[in-house]
Amino acid sequence: MLDISLQTRIGDFEIKAAFQAEAGITALFGPSGAGKTSLVNMLAGLERPARGRIVVWDQVLFDSEQGIDLSPEQRRLGYVFQESRLFPHMTVAGNLSYGRALVPKGVALVDYDAVVDLLALRPLLVRRPKTLSGGERQRVAIGRAILAAPRLLLMDEPLANLDAPRRAEILPFIEKLRREFDISIVYVSHNMDEIVRLADQLIVMADGAIAAQGPVDEITARLDLRHLTGRWDAGAVLSTTVAEQDDVDKLTRLSFQGGDLWLPQLDLGLGSPLRIRVHARDVSLALAPPEQVSVLNVFTGEVIEVGADDGPQVDVLIDIGTPLWARITKRSQRELNIMPGRKVHAMIKAMAVDRSGLS
Amino acid sequence: MLSPLEIEALSLSLKVALWAVACSLVPGIAVAWLLARREFPGKALLDGVVHLPLVLPPVALGYVLLVLFGRTGPLGSWLHDWFGINLVFSWRGAALAAAVMAFPLLVRAVRLSMEAVDRHLETAAQTLGAKPGRVFLTITLPLTTPGILTGVLLSFIRCLGEFGATITFAANVPGETRTLPLALYTALQIPGGEAAATRLALISVALAIIALVASQYLAKQVSKRIGLS
Repeated sequence: MLDISLQTRIGDFEIKAAFQAEAGITALFGPSGAGKTSLVNMLAGLERPARGRIVVWDQVLFDSEQGIDLSPEQRRLGYVFQESRLFPHMTVAGNLSYGRALVPKGVALVDYDAVVDLLALRPLLVRRPKTLSGGERQRVAIGRAILAAPRLLLMDEPLANLDAPRRAEILPFIEKLRREFDISIVYVSHNMDEIVRLADQLIVMADGAIAAQGPVDEITARLDLRHLTGRWDAGAVLSTTVAEQDDVDKLTRLSFQGGDLWLPQLDLGLGSPLRIRVHARDVSLALAPPEQVSVLNVFTGEVIEVGADDGPQVDVLIDIGTPLWARITKRSQRELNIMPGRKVHAMIKAMAVDRSGLS
Repeated sequence: MLSPLEIEALSLSLKVALWAVACSLVPGIAVAWLLARREFPGKALLDGVVHLPLVLPPVALGYVLLVLFGRTGPLGSWLHDWFGINLVFSWRGAALAAAVMAFPLLVRAVRLSMEAVDRHLETAAQTLGAKPGRVFLTITLPLTTPGILTGVLLSFIRCLGEFGATITFAANVPGETRTLPLALYTALQIPGGEAAATRLALISVALAIIALVASQYLAKQVSKRIGLS
């Protein structure tokens, strides 16, 4: 779907990045200043790399050797900016139709009403951007980009300017969008929870280079990327399906490779796939099978790896049929003699998996 | 209420000013765009030349126009031979003098307003498939309308008051180039003409105030309409 190899220099900062991505949502993750936005701008044609090649769906957008450099309007990549960039002199309807009117002949139009309904924009159509809330503005910006029938949608931290409740309000829209319109998205973010929830593939950027790329669960489980994927955000991603609804205790049972996980009840049908993120700080370890504890979710596994860290805590990778992370103090590690090969019982508090970590 | 001579001077003033502004609007926006959005060699020079009428004595500018556009001047003889247009002693000459004098005010207002347009909106339009010409017409220009309005009215008022360049270049011909300020000046040259001069001065003041108030009202309305304030 996407094949990029770019090299450029902005002042003292060098960007050298090459990656391929399949259809679906590809997250571009990295600390600020890693070059994510520059990379996306180069994709969109707003910045020009010194050397390289950009191919989207077999269409060459840029090739320094062949002298190909399509202008942004020729590239037809939808771009949702952090600050929405709605046109202030047009209504919401005017903004939505702006790109749609410019779709070249021969390219299928995107169903206007379907987009308006999906993003719940109908009540906003006659309003001016100035009168919208941040979340509404971003929804309009997403709709405007989709309606231009882009080859690919670029989203540069679209939720970064929003508070947590607004963010939680927009995420489902992006998920629906991808399902209903079958559009591929390059999603720039430094928020792991967003990425785990949305993305299929993850590309980690650091200092202008690609540090790692692969499926989301694989990358988040790698200890050597911890310094990039974040310490307090550290956690494992479990791919689960809804197996049972307990209406009496208001719990939902999710089954995954390592067993079953009980969570406060979720409004999802049996068999729905669900990816959840279990934070390392919410997992504790025991050597003996715990008895008479209030924790619902206990898994048996083997320690694979113990992280090295200067702080008072260490991260422990446990194989419970799938990788799981636990963060424990160094003292506990020493006293329990936690080391690779040791059998342990990992406990996850059901309440610890918060809804924002769910997809 | 107004004497025929006053009506003649007033309508001539309005005609000269309207033509001057109408003809300088498109070049004014073009120059403002060049100065606001483009980098090119000689930009500082263009900037200086455009602003020259603000600092030059109007009489000197009128003389330059006379040299260039007089019947024997390089541009004047060309206009005469090819189009049969004479500027000297004609209201067209007065309009040209007024336009040149008011041009920097127009360019300045449009340029400031255009520089304030968020360029990110222009790139957003590009990513939606708009070519540069369309971006200008649908994004940059509409968002510059408050500045264009201000510029048009400021330069219109400036044209109404133009004296030095007009009298030097187009002379003081009754009914042809004798605009309000020239009529006022003429009245003062005649013994006992103070009363007439006072009336002409009052007409000028009223005209300027009406134009100023109208400009501010319009600019506010437009800003509101295009969602800027």
